[in-house]
Amino acid sequence: MSIAAHLPALQVVVPLLAAPLSVLLRDRRAAFAVVLVAAWTAFAIAIALWLQVSASGTISYHIGSWTPPWGIEYRVDRLTSFVLCLVSGVAAVVLPYSWASIERELPRDQHYLFFTMFSLCLAGLLGITITGDAFNIFVFLEISSLSTYVLIALGRDRRALVAAYQYLIMGTIGATFIVIGIGLLYLQTGTLNLVDMGQRLQSISGHRGVLAALAFLTVGLSLKLALFPLHQWLPNAYAYAPSAVSAFLAATATKVAVYALLRFYFSVFGATAVFRQLPMAELMLVLALAGMFVASTVACFQSDLKRLFAYSSVAQIGYIVLGLSFDSVTGLTATIVHLANHAVTKGGIFLLLGAVAASMGGVTLARTQGMGRVMPLSSFGIVLCGLSLIGVPGTAGFISKWYLILAALEQGQWWLVFMIVLSSLLAVVYVWRFVESAYFKAPRADLADVRDAPATLLAPAMLLVAATLYFGLDTSLTVGAAAEAAAELLGATR
Amino acid sequence: MSPTTLIAVTLAVPIIGAVFIAAFHRQPNLREAVTLLTAVLLFTCVIALLPQVLGGAQPALHLLDVLPGLALTFRVEQLGMLFALVASGLWILNSLYSFGYMRSNGESHQTRFYVCFALALAASIGIAYAGNAFTLFVFYELLTLVTYPLVTHHGTKEAQRGGRIYLGLLLGTSMVFLLPAVIFTWKVAGTTDFQPGGILDGQVTGLALAGLLALYMFGIGKAALMPFHRWLPAAMVAPTPVSALLHAVAVVKAGVFCVVKVIVYVFGIDLLAANAGTAWLVPVAGFTILAASVVALRADNLKRRLAYSTVSQLSYVVLAAALLAPLSLIGAVMHIAAHALGKITLFFAAGAIYTAAHKTNVSQLDGIGRRMPWTMGAFAIGALSMIGLPPAAGFVSKWYMLAGAMEASRWTAVAVIIASTLLNAGYFLPVVYRAFFRAPVAGDHDHPHGEAPLLMVLALTATAAGTVLLFFLPDVPLALARQMLTGG
Repeated sequence: MSIAAHLPALQVVVPLLAAPLSVLLRDRRAAFAVVLVAAWTAFAIAIALWLQVSASGTISYHIGSWTPPWGIEYRVDRLTSFVLCLVSGVAAVVLPYSWASIERELPRDQHYLFFTMFSLCLAGLLGITITGDAFNIFVFLEISSLSTYVLIALGRDRRALVAAYQYLIMGTIGATFIVIGIGLLYLQTGTLNLVDMGQRLQSISGHRGVLAALAFLTVGLSLKLALFPLHQWLPNAYAYAPSAVSAFLAATATKVAVYALLRFYFSVFGATAVFRQLPMAELMLVLALAGMFVASTVACFQSDLKRLFAYSSVAQIGYIVLGLSFDSVTGLTATIVHLANHAVTKGGIFLLLGAVAASMGGVTLARTQGMGRVMPLSSFGIVLCGLSLIGVPGTAGFISKWYLILAALEQGQWWLVFMIVLSSLLAVVYVWRFVESAYFKAPRADLADVRDAPATLLAPAMLLVAATLYFGLDTSLTVGAAAEAAAELLGATR
Repeated sequence: MSPTTLIAVTLAVPIIGAVFIAAFHRQPNLREAVTLLTAVLLFTCVIALLPQVLGGAQPALHLLDVLPGLALTFRVEQLGMLFALVASGLWILNSLYSFGYMRSNGESHQTRFYVCFALALAASIGIAYAGNAFTLFVFYELLTLVTYPLVTHHGTKEAQRGGRIYLGLLLGTSMVFLLPAVIFTWKVAGTTDFQPGGILDGQVTGLALAGLLALYMFGIGKAALMPFHRWLPAAMVAPTPVSALLHAVAVVKAGVFCVVKVIVYVFGIDLLAANAGTAWLVPVAGFTILAASVVALRADNLKRRLAYSTVSQLSYVVLAAALLAPLSLIGAVMHIAAHALGKITLFFAAGAIYTAAHKTNVSQLDGIGRRMPWTMGAFAIGALSMIGLPPAAGFVSKWYMLAGAMEASRWTAVAVIIASTLLNAGYFLPVVYRAFFRAPVAGDHDHPHGEAPLLMVLALTATAAGTVLLFFLPDVPLALARQMLTGG
């Protein structure tokens, strides 16, 4: 058998093995090299899987050759390969950045641990995405969550410990809800394979157990994806984690949770009577709107840039969830395309904020005032990404907004159209708080001689900024895949 | 060079120019030379397409597909040609004027200023040549963003406040009204291409059509239809060359250009004429004309008075287009060119007065015409054009507008135009009268001065001459307007 046939397994195994290897090596350079190679290999595998899916459709890989539904199945369809590319791609960009970034933020003897945890986290996120087995999702969720807690706790600020603890509590509650939901589904259907589960659920009608499973999974996953009002853990976690971790989490962790939600909603529950009868769409719509407005408003009043953009993330997750609440191909396209667009945009912002923190010693608005003058490249990069958060044409965010509005128009919901555009006006407010502070104020006297961060920090960040602009102009990759994935998801239900 | 390539080059010239301007930030003379060269090159590129457009051809360029079925495309038709001619032609004179103004007033960040200016022109050309509403929207937003640093150039609290209003209103209206309108158009018509006769016929009717028209008209905030006009006076905190070229020509003309373009090529004149519900635009534009004139009458700050005069004059174009009569539409198109020349002259004069005499208010201008005869002479010609008196270009456009309104028996519109003519005279003639016929008041602010630097006087004399010239030779704009109406 050729290697190509085993790519789905290798997608997870490579970063998973890199973790213990890097602990054994204990040397920060060697650990970095191992994890970097693993991450780049994972990215290459994800691209190869993307091409395989394009060429020959959905891939079903049987672990240990045990046929599903008895064995564990890895299942790669368009949506899976889209998220795999996104997660591994972001990791491939963030890792080189982290080398120079943790140099400034962590004691050297912790570096190999950082790389170990990063690798584990990557393996967990890729695992959640690729597996077609419900319990496997839970296992990988725990792998990624536990390593995330450690990564956040590594933050230089002592408040990072509280943030990590907060996330630990909330994340554990979420994971518990998820495992209860999966357990209930197993009781009802007798299977853990997602596809099998989806088919068996169709013959079970109106059962209270299914209802409970849906409720538990919804709450658990909403916690992980930080859907308002279950987002309380997110701002602190993003604000106090090491810069590279903030960027990686902002770009991937919540996105993978959204992916899991999409899987359960559309591939498992999608066709069941229970799901169709419940006002799930309305519920998601209300929470999404509340998140868009409340979190954006809160973002307008933050004095720390990391927190400001963290709240902006909660608002943007609102857009993502809003898209899925439409339950239409256009709406889901908006959701999926915004997964990627928001990932590159926010990833870029947090990488740049890390560069700013490295040069200016912090990212509060008071400290970074006038940074347009002393750190022109970083400031301009943040402004460009900020324009994408607003949804200005020519940036990735515009494409997402276009599809969201189109989805609302398709259903004749003009009021929703205005809600979407009004909430993006709030984004103008919080982005312009940064612009005015960076360009209208003079830098602090002690920071007037600061220069832009070195290329090792700026280059990866600028790569994501460039991607933000690129995906705003050429969308054949993002929208093409998103539309295909959305059709697949809905095709499974109808 | 094929016409298609020429469009690409036209768009690229100001962008490449901006790069070189930025590269020469340490050599001011070279930087200014590059600015001027870029302006001349741009004008050459635009004018090179004129014979073909006059000959009935509409060269097009397909840049790239952004979404499936939705592309950045450019097509040069008559209206876009005229707007591009006006914007790029006046940029040359404005550059000369800027050199004098920025240096005499010791402005800082001059490189940023010229870079943003070049980018603003690139965005304006993008708007002018846009082949569909999507492309138009992209460049419309771009124009707002690149002019923001120009509006807030001074970096003061006041500039920051002005910038907030500017950005808030322009970005706000375009995102909240214009974007949904464009997406809705795409959804119902399956395209956003500008086509003679419009693309919405048979797709939208009745109240929905009136609503869509409202989304477009108020969404195009740059046309400064009340109540979304306040960004224009707020933008006056910018250095005068910005007010002159951008807030008398490029940005505001982009606004009314979009209005005419949408009415003619998206809705189609016949569709709007057949739907009585869309007639609301006439009274709204008429109200803006009169209300803005009343505010201008009471403004003592010269630039503020000019800004409200612009708000009023922009609504002439909207009103004339909304009347949907062929003659008034010709007037609307003509007025884009005529008002541009006249108003840039007035702003040039205001900037020259500020530079030479450090005066900003109308009440300080007693007797200034004796010291600055060229400047105030040009001001007088600009004022005549605003009022609509011969021998200035404003007369021609107003004539067509009135003729169109009478032809269509829209007597309220006729009354509005006549009343506003009187108001225009009421706030422009006193300035001219003070300057030439009142004795200068000896005060402690008074100090000996003559004309502004030569480059500035040269520029404002040229635009004043242009205003007169356009009265005698209005053939090109009129030919373009007529062709636009016949769809050829």
